[in-house]
Amino acid sequence: MFKIVKREEMAGGTVILNEIEAPLIAKKAKPGQFVILKAQESGERVPLTMADTDPEKGTITIIYMVVGKSTGIFRDLKVGEGYTDVIGPLGKATHLEKVGTVACVGGGTGVAVMHPITRALKEKGNHVIGIIGARNKDLLIMEDRMRSASTELHVCTDDGSYGHHGFVTEVLKEVLEAGQVKLVVAIGPVPMMKFVSKMTKEYGVKTIVSLNPIMVDGTGMCGGCRVSVGGETKFACVDGPEFDGHQVDYDELMLRLQAYCDEEKGCYEDYCRLTGE
Amino acid sequence: MATCHRKAASAAINRAGDRGDGPVITDAWWEERMSEQSNKKVKNPRQAMPEQAPEVRRRNFEEVPLGYTPQLAVAEAQRCLQCKNAGCVKGCPVGVDIPGFIKLLAQEKFTEAIRHIWKQNALPAVCGRVCPQEIQCEGECILSKKGDPVAIGNLERFVADWERKEGTGALPPIADRIGKKVAVVGSGPSGLTVAGDLIQKGYDVTIMEAFHKPGGVLVYGIPEFRLPKDIVGQEVHFLERLGVKVDCNVVVGRTVSLDELFEQGYEAIYVGVGAGLPRFMNLPGENLVGILSANEYLTRANLMKAYRFPEYDTPIPKGKDVVVLGAGNVAMDAARTAMRLGADRVRIVYRRSREEMPARAAEIHHAEEEGIEFCLLTNPLKYLGNDKGRLTGMECIQMELGEPDDSGRRRPVPKAGSEFQMDCDLVIVAVGSGANPLLTESTPDMGLNKWGYVITDPETGKTTKRGVWAGGDIVTGAATVILAMGAGRAAADSIHKYLTFGW
Repeated sequence: MFKIVKREEMAGGTVILNEIEAPLIAKKAKPGQFVILKAQESGERVPLTMADTDPEKGTITIIYMVVGKSTGIFRDLKVGEGYTDVIGPLGKATHLEKVGTVACVGGGTGVAVMHPITRALKEKGNHVIGIIGARNKDLLIMEDRMRSASTELHVCTDDGSYGHHGFVTEVLKEVLEAGQVKLVVAIGPVPMMKFVSKMTKEYGVKTIVSLNPIMVDGTGMCGGCRVSVGGETKFACVDGPEFDGHQVDYDELMLRLQAYCDEEKGCYEDYCRLTGE
Repeated sequence: MATCHRKAASAAINRAGDRGDGPVITDAWWEERMSEQSNKKVKNPRQAMPEQAPEVRRRNFEEVPLGYTPQLAVAEAQRCLQCKNAGCVKGCPVGVDIPGFIKLLAQEKFTEAIRHIWKQNALPAVCGRVCPQEIQCEGECILSKKGDPVAIGNLERFVADWERKEGTGALPPIADRIGKKVAVVGSGPSGLTVAGDLIQKGYDVTIMEAFHKPGGVLVYGIPEFRLPKDIVGQEVHFLERLGVKVDCNVVVGRTVSLDELFEQGYEAIYVGVGAGLPRFMNLPGENLVGILSANEYLTRANLMKAYRFPEYDTPIPKGKDVVVLGAGNVAMDAARTAMRLGADRVRIVYRRSREEMPARAAEIHHAEEEGIEFCLLTNPLKYLGNDKGRLTGMECIQMELGEPDDSGRRRPVPKAGSEFQMDCDLVIVAVGSGANPLLTESTPDMGLNKWGYVITDPETGKTTKRGVWAGGDIVTGAATVILAMGAGRAAADSIHKYLTFGW
């Protein structure tokens, strides 16, 4: 068992942080890589990009939004309990180098994944402009951690309840106008990454996105996570999860993410009925 | 329009033999069979193994053949001529002493029989079910010259099943511990064989498996109705009882590298990670929802038990009109799984003709009995979808056979102007697999051929990296369970020599 040593609730309990004992993975993992978790014999294998690792303590941290039955089961795990299976580190690590000024754009739980990348880019000597957003103030996560990881931080909410009133793309546009940004890293909901990439393409700024398609094994064996990048089929689990944002076919990705929509909905409703929510 | 051949899923009793076409047990059949056996003048025929009726089994995941009774097994064992220079043993990639165990079986010494098999084969319940006996042991059986060979596979399965259900659980003797550690990467048939051999020779063996459950292709690939997963679990448990350590969730190449394993004190490493890279056809529309590799489809169904969704959380697309591309054993497994998941229609689409189909005859026969249709000499050109990105059909073209190609098989060539559309809501691509680079990429000093498979010495399984052996599909490309086991046997012998005398 992979024991949970720390658990936090964020965004009104809709987002959960788990710090998990996984010494082999903690030792190897680099920013941008993911793990696959499973919480019980009948459970699903769920891929999640790591939000942090502590090689000395031998732990990894994941942060996820509760969206269905599997994440519902994860949410109900307490400190001292754990996951039956944690596999990783999987995928390629983020390519980290000093390029000058970098904009790190995170939306929703993408902020959690963005955090270690932001920190690492700053440690490489980059001037890092963090831009994070959420639908409203209550759903915003990791503001403090992102503030210390970035050189400067901009916060947006869709409803204007906190920070800039509007989307991350609006702030990004201002930042790009200044003309210093050499690289954009965008991690968040697919539409956000799509529109960030569309904008940065106009400005001719290289953009990296991190994709989270449906997966089973995470080792290149099933091909369920195929994405079209520059007209070629790639496996997000081994060729990614990070890709050139200007080359990704986001529309196809969104359709593929809907593959099991009906099954997942029914499954979650049953689970909520059983757990009395 | 291409013709799709469909054979009615009838319950016709076929006495021709039990290679996939055994009878359904009825009282009349049983009595007739018993009276045949009591009549000494009637030459003892090959004992058919009872199996589930096609129209029943096509909708459930229970095992198809039901197994021999002790009476049937003994009657079958008595057919063996106990050849001195037995062809069957030469036909067995791991060299099981077949006449030896059959003799014990015929004497109703079932425990002794299983212990005798264990000397050469740690996975008899698996091999009895999935080996292609017709081209190995049974193909070499002297009785096959004039009639039906001894049902060696069925007998092997019987003693393994008997041990599991009725046996004492007593373990075979193993050598004293030598105090040397061996790592086995991958818990498929070749890795399990290496582990079984080396633990018995006295080594400390640890198997590392990337998935959360051991067994490799035996658990993710081969369906429950051909190889019940409880049986694989018990075969693995047998090795654990012998002292093998099984570490799941370890992706060698990612979680730990081969060199780090050496640093941890392992003195030899066996790499048996399987082929593990699905091949697609690179047709337009391939990323529509509703097109899965056979690897994904079968992994969802078998390893993740998606056929029991929503009791198990992993979903699987339940196509009503299913097409499987390819005609190997994996294609048959996928087609039969789709039928069991409630499809109205399942079609195998294959570009060559029936003669070239690579699947075992027994598998094709079972699939036909279950109502799988075969659209032969048909090749897909592109996938068709709707505005939701979901598959609605395929455009195909008819083929005809031309001159033989490099493989010696007649090359299929498209018939001009024969394009047609085929409706379908699920396509499973079962056109083979390639070498998964996950481990090999992280091990640059282990030599690979141009297709990415590991280069080994064919006799010993030694790779170009000192202290590392490899075998099974990561060396040969996709092949059979027993060939992988044969490679494991050779490597285990070579590892033993190395750890005794040096490289």
